[in-house]
Amino acid sequence: MAAKAHLDLVPLPQKAVNLDQLIHERVRLGIVSALAATKKLSFGELKEILNLTDGNLSIHARKLEDAGYVTCRKYFLGRRPQSEYELTATGKKAFEKYVNHMEALIQAMKPKEK
Amino acid sequence: MGLRADMHEHALDNLKYIRSTMENTTAFTAVPGYGMILVGCSALVAAWLGNGAKSREAWLAIWTAEGMAAILLGFIALIWKANHSGVSLLSSPARRFGLGFAPPLLAGAIFTASAARANHYGEVAGLWLLLYGSGVITGGISSVRPVLLMGMAFMALGAVALFTPGEFNDICLAVGFGGLHIVFGIWIARNHGG
Repeated sequence: MAAKAHLDLVPLPQKAVNLDQLIHERVRLGIVSALAATKKLSFGELKEILNLTDGNLSIHARKLEDAGYVTCRKYFLGRRPQSEYELTATGKKAFEKYVNHMEALIQAMKPKEK
Repeated sequence: MGLRADMHEHALDNLKYIRSTMENTTAFTAVPGYGMILVGCSALVAAWLGNGAKSREAWLAIWTAEGMAAILLGFIALIWKANHSGVSLLSSPARRFGLGFAPPLLAGAIFTASAARANHYGEVAGLWLLLYGSGVITGGISSVRPVLLMGMAFMALGAVALFTPGEFNDICLAVGFGGLHIVFGIWIARNHGG
């Protein structure tokens, strides 16, 4: 509701600017959405779900990690190094806010019926 | 299309993407690769024992014991993997998997009891493979690609077993319940979190 009220006050381009740009990027939105659906995911699982390359996933996961949206735990499974990602409370809050923002945008920007 | 409609479309598209990603994720983590490898190894032992069985009843007893052991092993591995990846076995994807997987298995058990009663074992191996494969496909319909491919491979092998002479049944069972479980188990374990 707060997001919708806010949308009503600002001009159109400003509404887009106010989006959390960190999550708004498609790959990072995918990472956060996947982690919001389950408690933890390994690097390999995220790669498979989002159909990404190692390099692409690493870069975007690091950005989310730097922002405090996800944590990364490194460990060994046998001799293979593994990375396991989890959404932090901050990340969860940001994701919920983003979804609310999208819902508010849908309502606010609904094409007017003639 | 105006800016207003563009933003509306974009927001809708984003929400759709979020929803589909979350659905893919929750369907993903249920199948235990390491458990499948163990099940495959136990099936190879059963195939070896079954091949040396003195009677069809003894053969059936060996494979029935293997079936029960495989269910137990698979269930333990499922719990282990669910705990490890933080996924609840009561979640809707897990329930969906169980509901899709169980009916063909139950049909196989009923058919086996009927075949044993009639002392007619000719199609048992082929139908086991065929029904197990269909269970894997229906259970894992929204799961990762190797699960669906494994189901298809089981069904294909089941069809082959049904149209080949009975002496090849043990080989088909060894290749299916042994080989396919091990191969796809390694694939899943290496690429899908254990």
